[in-house]
Amino acid sequence: MAVGGASSGFCFGIVVFPGSNCEQDVAGALAWLGYRYRYVWHQSGDLEGCDALILPGGFSYGDYLRAGAIARFSPVMEAVRTWVAAGGPVLGICNGFQILTEAGLLPGALRHNLNLKFLCRPVSLLVEKSVCQWLDLPVGTVLTLPINHFSGNYYCDDLMLGRLEAKGQVVLRYCQPDGSEARQASAPNGSVDGIAGITNERGNVFGLMPHPERGVEGITVGSGLGTDGRYFFSAIVKRMAGRA
Amino acid sequence: MRRFQIHVTGKQGIFDPAGEAAENALANLGYAGLQSLRIGKYIELECSDDISSGQVKEMCERLLANPVIEDFRIDEVV
Repeated sequence: MAVGGASSGFCFGIVVFPGSNCEQDVAGALAWLGYRYRYVWHQSGDLEGCDALILPGGFSYGDYLRAGAIARFSPVMEAVRTWVAAGGPVLGICNGFQILTEAGLLPGALRHNLNLKFLCRPVSLLVEKSVCQWLDLPVGTVLTLPINHFSGNYYCDDLMLGRLEAKGQVVLRYCQPDGSEARQASAPNGSVDGIAGITNERGNVFGLMPHPERGVEGITVGSGLGTDGRYFFSAIVKRMAGRA
Repeated sequence: MRRFQIHVTGKQGIFDPAGEAAENALANLGYAGLQSLRIGKYIELECSDDISSGQVKEMCERLLANPVIEDFRIDEVV
């Protein structure tokens, strides 16, 4: 997939909270892809010049109380809320996903992994039919990305699950390497219905537990990981270019 | 000054893996007849008399508990 080039003017804002620790991974991936980025400190509400926002992984505020619970009240989150209401694209990776659910920008919650283990390994993910603006791959595509989390066990009640399904908000499900068994049994963390990533009704806010920024440069190919993480960044750049 | 004791627990019906692990460990220690063990959080809050009970409830709903997955109980210490 083509990256950089004509879209090199595109600028990602990477929101940094105290305890974020994947902001440099995201920055490295974006730089490698040829996109501009700038960091947005959690006490700032200034999103000037950003075309899309990324809430990176880590342990904001030490995961005190619950993962993402305190970061949600950072000053920057008011600006993010306004941004989202205006249709601006936001990607929450891992802890970023947890913050988005705590903030109510995405439904549901992320609980401790079912086996109470920190999970760090590649997973297979099935691309579902969704309204997500951060992905434009054919439905049924199987991706491989790494997970790295303790609280990735997605939960929502049956009513919400039905709504997510009906409105095309389930973006990714954990599955077997051949794409089969995309359900709870394939979720290493116990997620309801095997959910790995969801979007809001509008499709501009996307949260996922796997780390796309760690599947970009190709240096991890030998360890069973590819470069599937590239699709997410290129998809939103292409989508936003089409909108302008 | 007002003092509150707040208990935050997982909603009934949502599996509590830590609780089950602890319950199994107790069973392994030879304690028979265990029926349920749930693990939650305990919070002590001290505040001025100006803070209303309604505000404490609001604090629980907005931050101290996540209503999607947790219930809470507030007891004032008198």
